[in-house]
Amino acid sequence: MNFSEGLQLLPITLTDGLVLGLLYAVIALGYTMVYGVLGLINFAHAEIFMVGGIVGIEVLTFGTAGTGMHPALQLLLAVTAAMLISGALAVVTERIAYRPLRLRNAPRLVPLITACGVSLFLQDFVRFIESLFGNFIRPFPDFEFFYRSVELSDSVIVPYKSIAIVLVGVAMLIGLTYLVNYTRLGRAVRAVAQDQKASALMGIDVNRMIALTFLVGGALGGVAGVLYGLQFGKLDPFSGFIPGIKAFTAAVLGGIGNIPGAMLGGIVLGVLEVLAGTYLPILTDNAVGTEYKDIFAFGILILILIFRPSGLLGRATVEKV
Amino acid sequence: MMTSELDRPRDWTWWVVAYVIAAIVIKVQVFSGTGLLDTFAFLALLASLFLASSVAMAPWARAAIFVVLLMAVIPYIGLRNTFYLDVVTQVGIFAALALGLNIVVGFAGLLDLGFVAFFAVGAYTWAIFGSAQANQFLSIGATASFFPLPPDFFFVILMLTVIIAATAGVLLGLPVLRLRGDYLAIVTLGFGEVIRVLANNLDKPVNITNGPRGITGIGQPLSSVAKALGTSLIPPFKWQALIYYALVLAVIGLAIFFTRRLDNSKIGRAWVAIREDEVAAQAMGVPLVRTKLIAFATGASFAGVMGALFASKQTFISPESFDFNQSIGVLAMVVLGGLGSVRGAIVGAAIVTILNLQVLKALSTWLNGLRADGVEILGYSLANLPAQFEPSKYERLIFGLILIAMMLYRPQGLVPEKRRAHELARKAGEINISAGAKKL
Amino acid sequence: MNHKRTRLALIAGIAAAGLFGLGSASAADKGTIKIVTHSPLSGPNSPSGESIKLGAQLALEDYGKLLTSQGFKVQLQPEDDQANPNVGVANANRLINDPDILAVVGHYNSGVFIPSSEVYAKANLVAVSPANTNPQVTDRESTRAIANRICGRDDVQGPVGADFAVKDLKAKKVYVINDKTAYGAGVADAFEAAVKKAGVKVMLASGVDDKETDFSSVLNRAAIDKPDIIYFGGYYQQGGLLLKQMRQKKVGAVFMGGDGLDSGDLQKIAGSENVTKAYFTTLGVPLSKLPAAKKFAEVYKTKFNKDPEAYSAYGYDSMRVVLQAIADSAKANGGNKPSREQVAAAVRKVKFDGLTGKISFNSRGDIEVAKYVVVGVGPTPDKNDVKSIIEKKAPNS
Repeated sequence: MNFSEGLQLLPITLTDGLVLGLLYAVIALGYTMVYGVLGLINFAHAEIFMVGGIVGIEVLTFGTAGTGMHPALQLLLAVTAAMLISGALAVVTERIAYRPLRLRNAPRLVPLITACGVSLFLQDFVRFIESLFGNFIRPFPDFEFFYRSVELSDSVIVPYKSIAIVLVGVAMLIGLTYLVNYTRLGRAVRAVAQDQKASALMGIDVNRMIALTFLVGGALGGVAGVLYGLQFGKLDPFSGFIPGIKAFTAAVLGGIGNIPGAMLGGIVLGVLEVLAGTYLPILTDNAVGTEYKDIFAFGILILILIFRPSGLLGRATVEKV
Repeated sequence: MMTSELDRPRDWTWWVVAYVIAAIVIKVQVFSGTGLLDTFAFLALLASLFLASSVAMAPWARAAIFVVLLMAVIPYIGLRNTFYLDVVTQVGIFAALALGLNIVVGFAGLLDLGFVAFFAVGAYTWAIFGSAQANQFLSIGATASFFPLPPDFFFVILMLTVIIAATAGVLLGLPVLRLRGDYLAIVTLGFGEVIRVLANNLDKPVNITNGPRGITGIGQPLSSVAKALGTSLIPPFKWQALIYYALVLAVIGLAIFFTRRLDNSKIGRAWVAIREDEVAAQAMGVPLVRTKLIAFATGASFAGVMGALFASKQTFISPESFDFNQSIGVLAMVVLGGLGSVRGAIVGAAIVTILNLQVLKALSTWLNGLRADGVEILGYSLANLPAQFEPSKYERLIFGLILIAMMLYRPQGLVPEKRRAHELARKAGEINISAGAKKL
Repeated sequence: MNHKRTRLALIAGIAAAGLFGLGSASAADKGTIKIVTHSPLSGPNSPSGESIKLGAQLALEDYGKLLTSQGFKVQLQPEDDQANPNVGVANANRLINDPDILAVVGHYNSGVFIPSSEVYAKANLVAVSPANTNPQVTDRESTRAIANRICGRDDVQGPVGADFAVKDLKAKKVYVINDKTAYGAGVADAFEAAVKKAGVKVMLASGVDDKETDFSSVLNRAAIDKPDIIYFGGYYQQGGLLLKQMRQKKVGAVFMGGDGLDSGDLQKIAGSENVTKAYFTTLGVPLSKLPAAKKFAEVYKTKFNKDPEAYSAYGYDSMRVVLQAIADSAKANGGNKPSREQVAAAVRKVKFDGLTGKISFNSRGDIEVAKYVVVGVGPTPDKNDVKSIIEKKAPNS
């Protein structure tokens, strides 16, 4: 395939990239919100995402399968269940592994290590639970409905599942933006992010606001988990890791702590990755294969950060002296 | 006489000596196998090193304990059972990595999530030239198979890896040191992944790293010495294990020496100044870029040297050994021991490595033995336990729990740096609702 | 200062007690023999790793009497290598120091077998591999005496697949994808070289990371290139996903792969309606097609509450090889516990009809004649369809 033939692939590649990017963006929101409030990289978020996805798959497999419900409704149920469980799990994680450290004013890297501990624990715990019922690799149930597609042209075929992901994803992003910017709760969360002491003095329950942040971030992770399963077809207890790392990268790319930044970062990373995967082999006549796409994505990330050290939408940090 | 007794901290010399001798006797005479109790006996022995280095005691006794344990007892135990030598050697390798990362993260406050990249650079440097791999892309002279280099060239390459790894550190550092905090973290994470993916993919079009198949047949230094010493009682491979033990001990000694010297030098103080307040440090005339680059390069060179040693010890390396989890593992050692603390880094490395290689394995083997014998607990025979409860399957889970528990129990680290311990003690007095401040 | 003297006396007392009093040895009648299974029991590869262990466990129950009748106690020691070479090597260093351990059944990943066997070789501890198809497993000089396998080799399996692709499927243009693991890259390269030799056009040869779940880059392209075959060198976890996404993206090419795809979960992951025009080569007739294995499958199912995987039977046969070898060498040793060298030598002389076929080894430790089977994948595992069975001698034997 030469480059001019390859150009036919551009529309479908961009669509796939956009869907992938949106998934990254929804996961990245979980990282960025926690970071914005606590300055903490919550590595366990990848596992919270995974748990949400698996909960969603179980709901579809054992709960709604055979009820004859409309697939879109089934998906909505799965997403809701995932949001509940993942959100609760994130809050529990915060309560057990982060809050005690915060109250004891531990160095900031310490929660990073407990987060890794939580990750290891959750991976094998979910594996244990799943292996009681058979194999732990959980395939996403097949819905013929979601594989139907809209054919915009010969080369642009958009399956329903992509549309579903875009719809749910965008709804989440809008909902979150509203919650953070236009509600009392959102204002309280922002206040805590600005200055915990001052907000405590103003009568805000800081611990509750932090728990709320984890709840919302975790719930978003759960949504992303189900959508990820829908898009790629399976989840297992170890499949949180890679999307987790990528989403974290996306959050930094956009400017960590910045909500629109996480969305932009996710989409940029997703599109770049799929573009690199498709066009690297074409441009180099197979000398450089698809496997180099991560190098390419990280290369771009480094370049962007060199020229914009606070990420795409991050504000340049002005140090108060 | 009376007053000086009161002023001086209590002298523990004889108690420690008694403990050490008891530990040696128990390990050598009673629990010399690899079961659960044997493992604890070995831990008790290693703990005496820690004890000797941390309580007040006569300097001669301290020195004697170190010399006797490191030069005589551990080699003796190790020659009887090479697993112990292997464990101590692994501890040494990871201790050097932790010391290197401790300079970057603990001293200079630069969060590096891709530290294992430098380990990989060192490992591949010797692996490629110490095996036949280099023939794949280099042809020197008329002979088609110039490589592998003779095993004792290892020491030359070892010097070279210091330079190569340090250069890699500077190359990574130069463009990204403008970044602050977590932006630096993600770039180093990316760098670590890039190195691993490159190692995994550089088998085509030119075969440099042999890709996922890894490199086999890596030369071992002083193997001729090991062969010459070999007898039917102590075969060459045991001598070879002892040689690695000695090499690692020497490197660790050097690493501790350099770290201590650096810590107390002008550059060490500059690192701490940057860690505590970058702007103030700059205002006081600390050259930011140069100081940070030196931290990166020094840390990287420690990792590079140990990488080369690791490659030759394993005789085989593949990219799987250098993934992100390894970087996190080394970071866990540093934080667990206590950021910025030299003894802490070593203690952290020892705990994580021994826990994973020895204690958890011994525990699951022991539990499995109970199961196989059909031991009953409260009338329930363990032999009926379903396969899902196989203890050996949950080592990672238990490790995760231990990690959380240890950090919650001692957030400042097991052997905190004195300066930071002081800070924490002071801050605990205030009412504190702020989340782990801005500092690392 | 008197205290000092009492302390010295205390120390001397401890030392004396230790040196003279406590060194006791218990004499068992003939001693325990431990056999290790060494495979990934945790992490993403654990279903396959565990199936090896469970198969071996069944064999021990069936054939353990070979040793218990001679007065030994036999014990299975399962070890977890986490599919990680570092863990494997560290475990190996521990295992060689336990004199009761006389043999290892393992591993699952060739990347773990190769470095671990270097350690076994130092102490002459024999290893019988149920699953490692990489040629390097038995080709290395340094482990010649102790490395054995009862499965076939990638450098035969790849060409067998290529032969089927060219002759039966009449492929003209193919994609070759591998997962960039020691196994996947090996079998994919062997396939690629063989089809190229037959004049087939390789339109894309690329790797994908072994944790990748998004294959759209390759598949979007395939929708236009329309290759006849997409060959995947890798494991079923990813292979099933690739097949699923292929059919969702309406790529009509034939899907092919090696024995890494041989698992009952392939259909579960891909979705049974997506499993069309799919084949894999594997090393041994599917259990459902073997009368001898029927009982094994039933016992396995009732005992462990799951169906045996492809490597369960290999785990079973490997354990049987090991038990037979230890029993033979113990007999030759006058009924006493044999040395590891004796066991390693005895493994090469073992001959029997196993679940997976005729078991006997050549001087390199490869199985003498391996069966390579081309399987057409059905919508459920029991509808898998054997296309051809080819018996091939190991190269260089």
